[in-house]
Amino acid sequence: MAGEIGHFALLLALMFALVGATLPHVGAARGNAAYMALADRAILAQFSMALVAFGALTYAFVTSDFSVVNVATNSHTLKPLLYKISGTWGNHEGSLLFWVLNLTLFGALVSWRGRKLPLRFRSRVLAVQSTLILGFLLFIIFTSNPFLRLDPAPLEGNGLNPLLQDPGLAFHPPMLYLGYVGLSVAFSFAVAALIEGEVTPLWARWVRPWALLAWVFLTGGIALGSWWAYYELGWGGWWFWDPVENASFMPWLAAAALLHSAIVVEKRDALKSWTILLAIVAFSLSLLGTFLVRSGVITSVHAFANDPARGVFILGFLALVVGGSLTLYAWRAPKLAPSGLFGVVSRESALVVNNIFLSTFAAVVLVGTLYPLFVEAFGAGQISVGPPFFEYAAAVLMSPLIVALGLGPLLAWKRGNVSRSVQIAFPALVVGFVAALVLLWQTSGDYVMTAFGLGLAAWLISSVILEIGHRLRLGKANNPMSSLRKITRAQWGMSMAHMGLGIILLGITISEAFTTEELTVMAPGDTVEVAGYDFTFEGVAPIVGPNYTAVRGFFTVYDGETILTSLMPEDRVYSNPVMTTTEAAIYPLFSGDLYAVVGEAASSGRWSVRLYFKPMISGLWLGAFMMMVGGILSLSDRRLRIGLPTGKKQQTSGASA
Amino acid sequence: MSRFVPLIIVAALVALFLGMMLSDRNPNEIDSVLVGRAAPEFSLVSLDDSAPALTHADLKTGAPVLVNFFASWCVPCRAEHENLMRLAGDHRVQVIGIAYKNEKDQAIGFLNELGNPFSKTGLDLDGRVGIDWGVSGVPETFLIDGDGVVRYRHWGPIVGDSLEQQLLPELEALR
Amino acid sequence: MSRMMFAALLSLFVNAAVLAVAVDEKPLDDPALEAQARELMKEIRCLQCQNQSIEDSNADIARDLRALIRERIALGDSPENVKAYLVDRYGDWVLLKPPVKTSTYFLWGSPFLVVLIIAFLLARRKQELAVASPLSDQEKAQLSELLGRKQ
Repeated sequence: MAGEIGHFALLLALMFALVGATLPHVGAARGNAAYMALADRAILAQFSMALVAFGALTYAFVTSDFSVVNVATNSHTLKPLLYKISGTWGNHEGSLLFWVLNLTLFGALVSWRGRKLPLRFRSRVLAVQSTLILGFLLFIIFTSNPFLRLDPAPLEGNGLNPLLQDPGLAFHPPMLYLGYVGLSVAFSFAVAALIEGEVTPLWARWVRPWALLAWVFLTGGIALGSWWAYYELGWGGWWFWDPVENASFMPWLAAAALLHSAIVVEKRDALKSWTILLAIVAFSLSLLGTFLVRSGVITSVHAFANDPARGVFILGFLALVVGGSLTLYAWRAPKLAPSGLFGVVSRESALVVNNIFLSTFAAVVLVGTLYPLFVEAFGAGQISVGPPFFEYAAAVLMSPLIVALGLGPLLAWKRGNVSRSVQIAFPALVVGFVAALVLLWQTSGDYVMTAFGLGLAAWLISSVILEIGHRLRLGKANNPMSSLRKITRAQWGMSMAHMGLGIILLGITISEAFTTEELTVMAPGDTVEVAGYDFTFEGVAPIVGPNYTAVRGFFTVYDGETILTSLMPEDRVYSNPVMTTTEAAIYPLFSGDLYAVVGEAASSGRWSVRLYFKPMISGLWLGAFMMMVGGILSLSDRRLRIGLPTGKKQQTSGASA
Repeated sequence: MSRFVPLIIVAALVALFLGMMLSDRNPNEIDSVLVGRAAPEFSLVSLDDSAPALTHADLKTGAPVLVNFFASWCVPCRAEHENLMRLAGDHRVQVIGIAYKNEKDQAIGFLNELGNPFSKTGLDLDGRVGIDWGVSGVPETFLIDGDGVVRYRHWGPIVGDSLEQQLLPELEALR
Repeated sequence: MSRMMFAALLSLFVNAAVLAVAVDEKPLDDPALEAQARELMKEIRCLQCQNQSIEDSNADIARDLRALIRERIALGDSPENVKAYLVDRYGDWVLLKPPVKTSTYFLWGSPFLVVLIIAFLLARRKQELAVASPLSDQEKAQLSELLGRKQ
């Protein structure tokens, strides 16, 4: 029954999307308020139907209704409840339905929070959003229906990929999708503004919270996935520059650029057509990621089962959405002349520099991801573009960005003074140089790039601290407590996010350079020293989980004579489907992570093991968390609250990211 | 003009993707760099104790030869075996089999069970000859011309229409 | 990261063992050579498991290639030679770091090229934005004089 209800709800949603994507435009063109107001009702109806459809699919998964093909191929009765639920979005069809649910959810949120938006503009925005929903619904109904029946129904399902049966991964895709789809709002706002032919500072004010929200979700999704890879895949890596990872990183970069450039639009009524372009590009990159994962054009271990019809459909949809919006852009961009002015040295210029490097990085990641395809298409053989290229690009492009990032927030709006800002930031410059030189000296000059990275991280972190101090007017006559209250949440958010970036950089630099690893075979009783810690292998024991069996290894870790902890990594063999996974055991210390993995049995009662000490690796997740907190702080700032268009100009002066 | 730049880039990308999707390519396949070059030198013991060692000299017969890397543990190899039998029988081409990372008696058992299409065999126990041939997995089949030069490499099992559509035309071109 | 996120279907040629930890029983005795070999392994792409280095992978072919690399490094071969050896058999595809050649000039140059293009696009907009240069001392004096007069 649930299957039919879900299917029916999808068809109804399609009808509502059709109405919502067309009539509001008619209304806006003719000035018919009733037609325009339809947009709100249509989006709510779409949301309700998507909710019903998704609920029906979830119900089928939870009750293990194997008469639904999708459930039979992706679920199993023995699966724990959490993974039955997460299985709903852990497959191609279900994840698309989840996309639709989120597209409608964000549409409904715009309708709800945006009551103060002018009716005409809001109806345009929602109509564009409905168009996106329409495209996805057509895709689902014609190529990827999750409610297809299987007759006779099998007694048991095929089971979910064991790798997906992990708490980290249960929530990683939804976070990422929320981020991708959150960018659809920025896209709809941009297209609506292009149709109306007008971009105002108010527009930037409306769109920025949505971009920020999407960016927070993307940050969380990427960090969660990275953390999962770190403890699940068992070789201590956390980022592989795989095409699908890049597909999530590119929108993140574009969203980061967007939420900075929107500030310039809001403050100075400049950089308008660029910001519109970024909003379009950011969501287009999200769509591109979806295309790459599902079309089979690129090899990635993540690829969904490929079906040429699906690939062609998404490509067509991509061409229509991206091509259409960019055509509109090419037509309307000349109308978006800036009215505000700012000096070559100013906070605005610093934000332009930020945009140059962030968007270049996004473009270069795109080039690197697709380059093997270009080379092949031009018949120049096959090449691989792996981590060394992307690390080079990151070094080339992120270094100047971070140098500028330390200085930017110290520059005044409109017209800044470099020498004054450098004066404030000077101690940070010293800290950066000293950190780099000390490291070079300690390692007798072997780690030049590490010293460079450390110097940058130290510069960024200390300049953020100096900037806060400067705001507090520390060392000046006035009372720091009263200045403390004057710092807005948006300003705290900015400092927090920038500091987070510095900490991530610190974590990457130090852990990449100074990880100690032992890949060896050990017999029970053996001890191996890793970075000053003694790992004693106590042996293994078999264990049985709900749908797997495992070998659990036991290590006792000593710091000198004292027992620090015991680590119990597992090597699991799942039964449905059969697959081996590793569960690393990690013990975080302040200085870094102790990391142990047990592999297969080796000769004469020994076991292969990988032992690591990864210094400061937690900086990655701490930093990402700080970025998210920074984003949320900024979102919670009253003046920036979503859909609160009425802000008094004088209130905003002096505010920042 | 710069306002058209994004549109042009996207159009180019769509064209690229479309071309890639419509072309008959397997994104997992790694092209062989051996095509057009002389087959690498090697010497392997035969599965047949009475036969002499298999070497690269055995490939220069003046007529096209197929070299098939197989293993008893390889499931796709079973699937293509019938076609190898047809190649050796109906199409009268010499097929040389190299057992890749396979115990000798298991490889012999495999051929006893399914039939032996191979005129000569070699045993590549540690897979080193496979590496010299750029083999990434079994099965892989190489078409060698009369002078011992590799002309074509078939990646994966010869199943479905790949025998008629791909391998045979390449073979006929050499005859 | 989410490397296996949607591994709903690992391709036919990827076996489940790729996810097990890759540990070889016989590292080289000389730690310096072993380190050199390990560095090299990180730059060689695994042939059966997409987008992994052979250092990470437990696939059979990756194991064989690791053994081969250790062997050649132990014999005193330079990493460059070993790479050339592998490229000779598998093509540029095996190198995770694409070689600099005609077909990759654009790739390696892209960070600089794109930054210039985008900077140009954004800077051009600045024509309209360029604000008058800061007041000169003379102008400042004039200004304060004017202001003073008003008060």
